Amino acid sequence: MKELFFTLADHACAGLEGNEVLLLNFSGEVTDFVRFNHGQVRQPMTVRQAQLGLTLIDGMRRNEITLSLAGTPLQDRGTVAAAVQSLRADLAQLPEDPYLLYSTEATRSERIDAGALPSAASAIEDVVEAARGTDLVGLLSSGPIMRGFASSVGARHWHAVDAFLLDWSLYHSGDKAVKCAWSGSTWDRAELDRRIGEARQQLAHLATPPRTLEPGEYRAYLAPAALDELLWMLNWGGVSEKAQRTKQSCIQKLVEGHTAFSPLVGIAEDIADGLAPAFDEAGFTKPARVDLVLDGRHHGSMVSPRTGAEYGIASNGAGEDEGMAAMAVGAGALRDEDVLEALGTGLYVGNLHYLNFSDRAGGRVTGMTRFATFWVEGGRIAAPVNVMRWDDTLYRMLGDSLEALTDRPQWILDNRTYGQRSVQTSRVPGALLGKMAFTL
Amino acid sequence: MPFDPDSLAQRFRRLAPAADYCSLRAVEERSDSVSVRQDTAEPVRSSIDHGAMVTVIDGDGMGYAATSDLSDEGLRWAIARAAEWARLARGRSVFAGEAPRLPRPHGRYASPVVRPMEWSKADRIDVLMRESQACRLSDRIVDWQASLWTISSRQMLITADGPADDAALQEFQYTIPSLHVVAHAEGVTQTRSWGGRYNGYCQQGGLEVVERSGFVGSGRVTAEEALQLLAAPNCPGGRMDVVLMPDQMMLQIHESIGHPLELDRILGDERNYAGTSFVTMDMFGTFQYGSPLLNVTYDPTRGNEFASFAFDDEGTSAQRTFLIRDGLLLRPLGGTSSLQRARRTAPTLSGVATTRACAWNRPPIDRMSNLNVEPGASSLDEMIAATELGVLMKTNRSWSIDDSRNKFQFGCEWGRMIRGGQLAEVVRDPNYRGVSRDFWRSLAMVGTPETVEVMGTPYCGKGEPNQAVRVGHASPACRFSGVDVFGAEQ
Repeated sequence: MKELFFTLADHACAGLEGNEVLLLNFSGEVTDFVRFNHGQVRQPMTVRQAQLGLTLIDGMRRNEITLSLAGTPLQDRGTVAAAVQSLRADLAQLPEDPYLLYSTEATRSERIDAGALPSAASAIEDVVEAARGTDLVGLLSSGPIMRGFASSVGARHWHAVDAFLLDWSLYHSGDKAVKCAWSGSTWDRAELDRRIGEARQQLAHLATPPRTLEPGEYRAYLAPAALDELLWMLNWGGVSEKAQRTKQSCIQKLVEGHTAFSPLVGIAEDIADGLAPAFDEAGFTKPARVDLVLDGRHHGSMVSPRTGAEYGIASNGAGEDEGMAAMAVGAGALRDEDVLEALGTGLYVGNLHYLNFSDRAGGRVTGMTRFATFWVEGGRIAAPVNVMRWDDTLYRMLGDSLEALTDRPQWILDNRTYGQRSVQTSRVPGALLGKMAFTL
Repeated sequence: MPFDPDSLAQRFRRLAPAADYCSLRAVEERSDSVSVRQDTAEPVRSSIDHGAMVTVIDGDGMGYAATSDLSDEGLRWAIARAAEWARLARGRSVFAGEAPRLPRPHGRYASPVVRPMEWSKADRIDVLMRESQACRLSDRIVDWQASLWTISSRQMLITADGPADDAALQEFQYTIPSLHVVAHAEGVTQTRSWGGRYNGYCQQGGLEVVERSGFVGSGRVTAEEALQLLAAPNCPGGRMDVVLMPDQMMLQIHESIGHPLELDRILGDERNYAGTSFVTMDMFGTFQYGSPLLNVTYDPTRGNEFASFAFDDEGTSAQRTFLIRDGLLLRPLGGTSSLQRARRTAPTLSGVATTRACAWNRPPIDRMSNLNVEPGASSLDEMIAATELGVLMKTNRSWSIDDSRNKFQFGCEWGRMIRGGQLAEVVRDPNYRGVSRDFWRSLAMVGTPETVEVMGTPYCGKGEPNQAVRVGHASPACRFSGVDVFGAEQ
């Protein structure tokens, strides 16, 4: 795909006229998806796809189109040439864009992470065998993910990672399940067996009759996957410079210094730790790290080139949505093995589900508990808990209520596959809260 | 458009292997999105997406492969790959020895377009600029944006063993105008949208969609309402009645009727991602889902509604069907292959043609398509007059529900108190929460056809791998009694 992309870029750039500039963004993957239910195969498939984004610029005018590529130079050269011609034809009718900003440097980079991914046969056989006798449901996604950037000013960037993600649940009964994820670049049958075996053992905790709690405030421990869900709400316009400038951020009060999180909280964009490319769609190289919250206080924001141009500030590699692509949350001091004892009596929350803002301006978020959530008494798991709705503010949960963060943050690969596989990642610890508000 | 249906069908049928079943679903889609934010045109975005998915059944094994390479070489690869997956899945499949029996579809569908969308990009920017400029009413308006998104989509579904002219050809035109305004003062931020912040006003059709929508003139009205909200008190809390307008009803239907009735959720396919359902197989035909006033249809035949079609993506022909009648649950949202699985435990279960894929690169699964609440006999005035204490709520702002689709919490942009049967003050940040079955059983009045609006969403998400599909929801205004209502943090 790299050769195809750069060949298409060379060909398209050679056909430019006058002072035209062309930016090309490539996105492709060859993915085996195997969907499982009840430990059997539901839908197995391979998806081979490649898309090319073209931005034609002349002076301060721009016009953009995204195309599907066939993956063969002969077919795609003609498609790209016709698309550039079409962009050129429309360009004069479009107004100048005062916020146009792109890299004019001929930067180059390459990252290729090769792996050993499962064949189609092992993707099915290994999982079905390892899960035999269980009610496993989930998805294996496996294959190379590719991103590229090129421009007529000479920039050439290529990013290719081999990765798999087995995202699955083992069900006990009803809605009671152990939720697991295993990501990597080297498939290892023994490791798969170990992980599914571990999940089988955890199912024993779900055999106890579940408890239904009354609404109220409870001590709670959010496992890394649960805290991860909560913190991604910040990505929904929270850390965006544009959202903050237009008073729409869910942490506006933090941004404006009216309040602070606990000094334990540090949140950063840490591209070096993730799977996302280190270049943006305008051709700028991303900084290795952008601190957003430091010692509980607002420190920075994600700034796209367009926002940078609008407000006259430097951009820092953010995409159009100005969210994090590789969230890193600082570790605390609570050891994983001490979590239950530190919790004492309260809720161990394995996962959160379907979060949304009940009051965005107030930083108030609602959601549900899901999968393995337990009532803990005297530092020991007492019973699974039927799902509970919670509704609390980020300022309380990450502020006064936050007692500790765990000492070994977990690296999590985003499981979303809308249109294409996500390369978002996070490194998140667990969080011990003195209280959390449950409402239904 | 990149593919010629006749030529593609001929080449596919020449290359397809002898198999229990082999089909090709080809999709091509052109999308154009134009926006004006704060009186400045945003970059114009277009896309041309095309590709095809091959499905092969081998015994009880079903395999898929998708490619955007529609040459003979590309088709050969996809056919071979899908066949390999089917072979590998055979004997390990959820179909448990019984291969899905999929139809051989034949026919055509085209969106009803009265006036083709012939506006150039510059024309679109002009229309949007006028609405944008009308939003600039005050310094307290801190952000605003108007957008117009149009999509032309064409798809073909053929089976390898069909006669030469045997195909389902469907052509869709979608038009989606939207606008929102953000107002801010003294630490309070309020957003008011026209048609919903997430493209709730979306229909099939051309220019007439924009014309009948009331989009022209929406800028000033929406900005005025944003300023009203900014000055409004917080919504009070307590148990009271709510009157939900269609742009909130669509969300209520979607989350607490649509998703729980999806048969693949009930069969467990979605338990790792979107979730399961409180609905179980034994409830069909016996379970009182809502009050006797509740009538819910699956209606792919409704003119301009967003998810109208003639065939689903398994090739099953689509017809209007009641899912809930007089409050009684009758059937799920399940297509041919899911029904076959479900009938192992519920032999008399009926479904509807609603197994759909979001694009060429995803396989079809059970979706809700057009899911509507049928109108009743109460005018809006009568609903208000019947409410001693309550809130009239408009336009969804927030949505959350548990993985079994029981405990929900929804928020709206706009609220207006009802006191003593009269509309009273505007309130901001109205929220309410409840449990699906209790809530629908509290349905006290259903609006007349005059209160109906045809809404929808381009972004209904579920499935592994994930799929966001277009769905439609037409609904009248409805009144519910004794609901837990509350406002914002402060």
